[in-house]
Amino acid sequence: MVAISSWGRLSRDAHRIEALHAPDQVARQLAASAPGLPHGMGRSYGDQGLNPDGLLWLTTGLNHFIAFDERTGRLVCEAGVLLRDIQRMSVPRGWMLPVTPGTQMITVGGAIANDVHGKNHHAVGSFGDHVLALELARTDGSTVHCGPALLPDWFAATVGGMGLTGVIVTAELQLRPVAGPWFATETVPYANLDAFFPLADASEAAWEHTVSWIDCLGGAGRGLFMRGNPSGVINRPEPAARTRRMPLVPPVSLVNGLSLPPFNALYFHMNKWRAGRAIAHYEAFNYPLDNLLDWNRMYGPRGFYQYQSVVPRSVGRDAVQAMLDAIASSGEGSFLAVLKTFGERAAPGMLSFPQPGVTLALDFPNRGPRTLKLFERLDAIVAEAGGRLYAAKDARMPRSLFEAGYPRLAEFMQYRDPGISSAMSRRLMGV
Amino acid sequence: MSDQVTKIVIVGATSAIAEHCARLWLNAARCEVILLGRDLAKTERVAADLRVRGPQSQVSAQQADFADPLAIGRQVDAICATGPVDIVLIAHGSLPDQAHCQADLQANQEALAVNGISPVLFAEAFAGHMQRADRGTLGLIGSVAGDRGRKSNYVYGAAKGLVTRYAQGLQHRLAATNVKVVLIKPGPTDTPMTAHLKKDGGKLASVEQVAQEIVKGMAQGKLTVYAPGKWFVIMMIIRHLPHFIFKKMDI
Repeated sequence: MVAISSWGRLSRDAHRIEALHAPDQVARQLAASAPGLPHGMGRSYGDQGLNPDGLLWLTTGLNHFIAFDERTGRLVCEAGVLLRDIQRMSVPRGWMLPVTPGTQMITVGGAIANDVHGKNHHAVGSFGDHVLALELARTDGSTVHCGPALLPDWFAATVGGMGLTGVIVTAELQLRPVAGPWFATETVPYANLDAFFPLADASEAAWEHTVSWIDCLGGAGRGLFMRGNPSGVINRPEPAARTRRMPLVPPVSLVNGLSLPPFNALYFHMNKWRAGRAIAHYEAFNYPLDNLLDWNRMYGPRGFYQYQSVVPRSVGRDAVQAMLDAIASSGEGSFLAVLKTFGERAAPGMLSFPQPGVTLALDFPNRGPRTLKLFERLDAIVAEAGGRLYAAKDARMPRSLFEAGYPRLAEFMQYRDPGISSAMSRRLMGV
Repeated sequence: MSDQVTKIVIVGATSAIAEHCARLWLNAARCEVILLGRDLAKTERVAADLRVRGPQSQVSAQQADFADPLAIGRQVDAICATGPVDIVLIAHGSLPDQAHCQADLQANQEALAVNGISPVLFAEAFAGHMQRADRGTLGLIGSVAGDRGRKSNYVYGAAKGLVTRYAQGLQHRLAATNVKVVLIKPGPTDTPMTAHLKKDGGKLASVEQVAQEIVKGMAQGKLTVYAPGKWFVIMMIIRHLPHFIFKKMDI
């Protein structure tokens, strides 16, 4: 038995571990050892990748490329390949993953199972929109090959399906042509939420990547709007890889009521002062936190929660304002607060998170009942707005909110693999 | 190096450490890589991966019989007949179950053969060719387990101890040539095969880090590479502990 935590470090329960070695053996291995749960890099924040006292099938050994066509940008690989390895292999050849989240230290299988999105959602959609085919091993020993046109129902269940329809063994991805590793970026400070929305709307046509950091303290909603485009040929040396590691778990969260106000103010003013146009390497622009290994230790021994919601645009401004007010009056606070508009497009998966509207992502050090109390208030706002929470980030949403936010849940349940369940699936789906 | 093609042979190419070394070599230069493995399908899977990572390089896979000295000799002769080899990495082996080896002498013999005798036969077979060509680096993967026998894995440790002495002998024999023999001693490494040993994620070295230290150490032509380096200090202490203390340790 091995103690496994997910990225939020809220628990450390014992698990049995079995590594998956070879793609052609996975279905047999599952049949022999089920029930269990696939587990990749463990980067989902809550209990989605956990199965306390049960079995985890480790997918990180399935880390081989199978084929890459440089003319078409089609990549076939095993599902344990890291997005980082795809980027580092393909960018020098003029191709890039169309969609990546804020970290590249996740597996392809995890990216599909969460249908992850990036800052360019309004331009290109989510990860599942670029999956051409995938191979799914089931615990009855069978294998399902599916894609947007081949068994599209299986595909739609598996994209965003949290690993519950089977273990993704291989996938074929369509990469996007790029001129190089550079992004042309611009940072625009904004004073409040009313300024954010016009800025977001005005940026969507001309900028592929848009995101904003928002200062959730004080309630006004000032922030920094960042936008970027892949940039043409710029002859610059690649920056040297420089990573640091959070060396230890501090006894208390470094993100706390004392540190946050000066930290957020400093961050806002530093970047306001440096605002304007710049050139950034794709790794620095897209994955700033990957350079600080183990950054999740910053929140101390009790771990932290992420709370990411999306609410429809029609009520977006008011709902976000109400959430900021609730946070301000609760005395809790967040540093990694991100506000972004999603594009007007239907997501490929039955349980995909992105929907048209505005998404707010927040981090909160775990302070027990006080933090959970705040979440109840935020839940009420999200529910009233007709929004949903992101399962990849969640560790505690009530089942009612999950059911209300994901109307295709009943349809999804038909595709569940009965030999697979997680702490999250038992919490939110009953099995 | 840029227009020179580096000829690399990896024995036991499906080992996670060997595979990550190959990825680093392919990233750094144009290579001709020959992969040897017991299971051709698994070795081909590694080859396909390396072809994607290094499209300018040429990667081929060959099935190898690790137990038959005649087959080893023939295969190495054939590989060296097409031109001198720049890098050889002998990486095969399998971590045996100590208790099983104590109870079953057949399993014991097999563990000694695959982890000890087979690697040194490959090394011997390559050494002659490399000596005649007067070039190349021969890397042999031993283990920190070979530094001192201990109750929890002395069968594996003894096999790796054989590799250690053999490497020393080759280093002595080839000292006057341009051939470098590098003995590599990885500590416990976080590979899919050791997932069940993982306690906290922090205790085992990452396979990427271990591979980086091996590739660097081989490029420098070091005699011995502990990967990660801290194992040099740890094993120095373990080797020198007096028996009256050592015998009380449950390791």
